[in-house]
Amino acid sequence: MSLALDKPRQPRRPAARRSNGELYSWLFMRLSGLLLVVLVLGHLFIMNILDGGVHKINFGFVAGRWASPFWQFWDLAMLWLAQIHGGNGVRTVINDYARKDSTRFWLKMLLYVSMVLIVSLGTFVIFTFDPNISN
Amino acid sequence: MTSAGAPERSGTTRGGGTLYRGDLGMWSWVAHRITGVLTFFFLFTHVLDTALVRVSPNAYDSVIETYKNPVVNLFEVGLVGAVLYHALNGIRVMLVDFWEKGAKYQRVMLWTVLAIWIVVMIPGFYFMMERTISDLVGGH
Repeated sequence: MSLALDKPRQPRRPAARRSNGELYSWLFMRLSGLLLVVLVLGHLFIMNILDGGVHKINFGFVAGRWASPFWQFWDLAMLWLAQIHGGNGVRTVINDYARKDSTRFWLKMLLYVSMVLIVSLGTFVIFTFDPNISN
Repeated sequence: MTSAGAPERSGTTRGGGTLYRGDLGMWSWVAHRITGVLTFFFLFTHVLDTALVRVSPNAYDSVIETYKNPVVNLFEVGLVGAVLYHALNGIRVMLVDFWEKGAKYQRVMLWTVLAIWIVVMIPGFYFMMERTISDLVGGH
């Protein structure tokens, strides 16, 4: 168990009380951030700048894009990554500024519920989109 | 929690140079937080409005009309500006973390971020507002 032969007098540390969760969270922010730079800036460029910007967007435009599996996958990846990246960021903000444990707990619950709701709804919409839906 | 262990600035307005608090790096961090939180709140709304394509084309189109309103159009320029800053500064944060010279050049990189931001936002503003402005000025 105790392998620290070089420091025999060191008091025994309470082992494994830490988890690597925050390390993975830190790493995820950077990896997802890198992907999101491409996904989100590409999305904003196509939707808001190219070809008349927001004025070209309507149901037909969305139907045309989601006819392609490429854009379906793009939007799905963007939805999941942005929601987890943003949710994790807001979690950090709540941890920093909430003063009472109960406030912190309930704000995070609200955050997690909204994340699950948005990811589920968005995923459902991408997978069940029907271009021939009636007016 | 936020500034655990960070030395407090004492007296002078420009402390030793190793201080983080109040320096440019702090403001880049503040802006990163604000732009990130605002974008997250917009994302919530945006997924809800897009979900209207599952209701009916009319429902979707009528809500999307809101985005074409001149005032809302201006907010979209703000959104793009916020996301662009967050993306560029995010790349800078990654370079500070993973590039051996990142910490040394962090200040230069921040000015680079702001320069790229301005260079992109000027034509970006034009293309995003072109139609809205011509409609407002030209009538119809």
